[in-house]
Amino acid sequence: MSNNAKAVREPLFHIAKRDAMPFWKSWLVRILSVVAALVACAAVTVLLTGENPIQVYVTMIDGAIGTERRIWSLLQNTAMLLCVSLAVTPAFKMKFWNIGAEGQVLMGGLATAACMILFGDKLSPPLLMLVMIITSVLAGAIWGFIPAFFKANWNTNETLFTLMMNYIAMQIVSFFTYKWSVPKGSGQIGVINANTQAGWIPALGGKAYLLNILIVLALTIAMYVYLKYSKHGYEIAVVGESENTAKYIGINVKKVIIRTVILSGALCGIAGLLLVSGTDHTITRHTVAGRGFTAIMVSWLAKFNPVFMILTSFLIVFLQKGATEISTIFGLNDSFSEIITGIIIFFIIGSEFFVNYTIKFREKEANK
Amino acid sequence: MIIAFIQRAIVQGIPLLFGSTGEILTEKSGNLNLGTAGVMYVGGISGVIGAFLYESSVETVNPVLAVLIPILACILGSLLMGLIYSFLTVTLRANQNVTGLALTTFGVGVGNFFGGSLIKLTDSDLPSITLTQTSNCFKTTIPFADKLGWFGDIFLTYSFLAYVAIAVALAVSFWFNRTRSGLSLRAVGENPATADAAGISVSKYKYLSTCVGSIIAGFGGLYYVMDYACGIWSNDAFGDRGWLAIALVIFAIWRPNMSIIGSIVFGGLLIVHNYIPGLSFSGQELFKMAPYVVTILVLIVISMRQKRENQPPASLGLSYFREER
Repeated sequence: MSNNAKAVREPLFHIAKRDAMPFWKSWLVRILSVVAALVACAAVTVLLTGENPIQVYVTMIDGAIGTERRIWSLLQNTAMLLCVSLAVTPAFKMKFWNIGAEGQVLMGGLATAACMILFGDKLSPPLLMLVMIITSVLAGAIWGFIPAFFKANWNTNETLFTLMMNYIAMQIVSFFTYKWSVPKGSGQIGVINANTQAGWIPALGGKAYLLNILIVLALTIAMYVYLKYSKHGYEIAVVGESENTAKYIGINVKKVIIRTVILSGALCGIAGLLLVSGTDHTITRHTVAGRGFTAIMVSWLAKFNPVFMILTSFLIVFLQKGATEISTIFGLNDSFSEIITGIIIFFIIGSEFFVNYTIKFREKEANK
Repeated sequence: MIIAFIQRAIVQGIPLLFGSTGEILTEKSGNLNLGTAGVMYVGGISGVIGAFLYESSVETVNPVLAVLIPILACILGSLLMGLIYSFLTVTLRANQNVTGLALTTFGVGVGNFFGGSLIKLTDSDLPSITLTQTSNCFKTTIPFADKLGWFGDIFLTYSFLAYVAIAVALAVSFWFNRTRSGLSLRAVGENPATADAAGISVSKYKYLSTCVGSIIAGFGGLYYVMDYACGIWSNDAFGDRGWLAIALVIFAIWRPNMSIIGSIVFGGLLIVHNYIPGLSFSGQELFKMAPYVVTILVLIVISMRQKRENQPPASLGLSYFREER
């Protein structure tokens, strides 16, 4: 009888799904992974620069919050990344892989820029702002609606569709930057309405970015409430977990998909408005600067919770600023920050495994 | 002029062909590697680092070593990227989209960082990364090609890597459709649970196809730097070609032999604006949209027609965990 048991070879270990971890424990794992990632980043930095690790951290912190200007820039960039992250979240929660935020934000920005250029001296400031808000929201929403329409009706792969829409948006922006370029033919628009400041989001109490940050904060709270307490939020969660369940309990899946992605695109449009009218006051094809992609990681790292997203977007922007400072001081290329971002995300992605799964080792013969 | 156009379209298409062949191989195992853009950057810069170190360490360049060292470096670099991706998604079951995007951020960062800092890091006194000697070794062509008229011009004037690209695409296509292990791989991509029940090691196939796919994609970066760009690395010059390679996968409806033709079409679409007389700068930008628009149209058409053999692998983008159902 014991011979039979031996004939079955049991692997050394196998992976099993874990019951839900207690809240604090799962966050402990995540925090540990961030710490491990920071150590790894420092190791890479030391390897490349030869500086001692403590100095590396000091330089990074100084780069992020060293001066009042840097703090404002840090907050502003966090707010922008957070805004795009908020925008992509409802779609993700529904398991609609919208990686077209880059394009949706860009279209929103383009609509804003177009209003500023075409109507800058024709409309009164409040009216201009109103037109800008409406057009940018519409532009983003349309850019989201197109892939959603095909997804809902023919199950067209949305990941690839939205990805392609990004580049179409970029080319459209390039087209208009040549068309409206100042001076003609330079391919650059330059600061729009530099003299009149028409269509600029006004400075609040002398702080140029304060209003942006407040708007994004308000959006964060609104999104939290929408996802957690509204009927729409519930429908999004059900469709995301299981489309069949959603159909069974009478949710119109098609309608939910299209409605949610339009919302997602509309918020992206607002992000574009804030970027063009509230930050850069100009537009290029690189205005969004990869935020559409980074936002996906921010949203995912925060488990689609808008409040945690404040933390994750802050973490990423903080590291980027710090890494940029290091590369400036050591005369290295500023793509260093992208390497650091990549490493951090690898670690956090990897840590999710230990939250969701457990490794069970083969039990000893003696126990049987 | 038509011959010159075709030639340039092919040269533009080869990096895309490498990228899409690698990505098709990866996607057939059910892994949607959105990190291909990053992998191609890393492949390119690894080759550059290898060649740079070799060129600056010897007096005269040995042509065989000058080709072998960058190729080995490129394989190593892109293999590492493939391993990162497969470890995270296959072993740790991480989300493929997020991992792929992080891989792109990381890879493009690595490319631009070393491209911009290599000289500083090695304390070299060269003004820029210009690997003309290595590039010349890569660009060795068939000596009698220009004596064969238009036939030679269109088919024989490329460097050996271009032919490697086509050979690899054909080989992968043959492997998918004519071999047992190719069938197993497709089974893993379509329905990993069934494949697992049939005794196919899902993890092994996913790892292998992702890593080999990454290596193939990495060659696209290498070809771009050494051949197209004549050994001169400039940051961001590679541009969006990695994403275009992913677009090409759809255009070729997951068939490597189709992507040979597709890559030439895409290459042509990329440069066609140079051949239309009287086009303004802004008009050129609209023309550059063409490859993406075409890809979307293909995507829509295949999803509407619902033909079984034209669909993406059924489990594309999903991690496999045996105990989950």
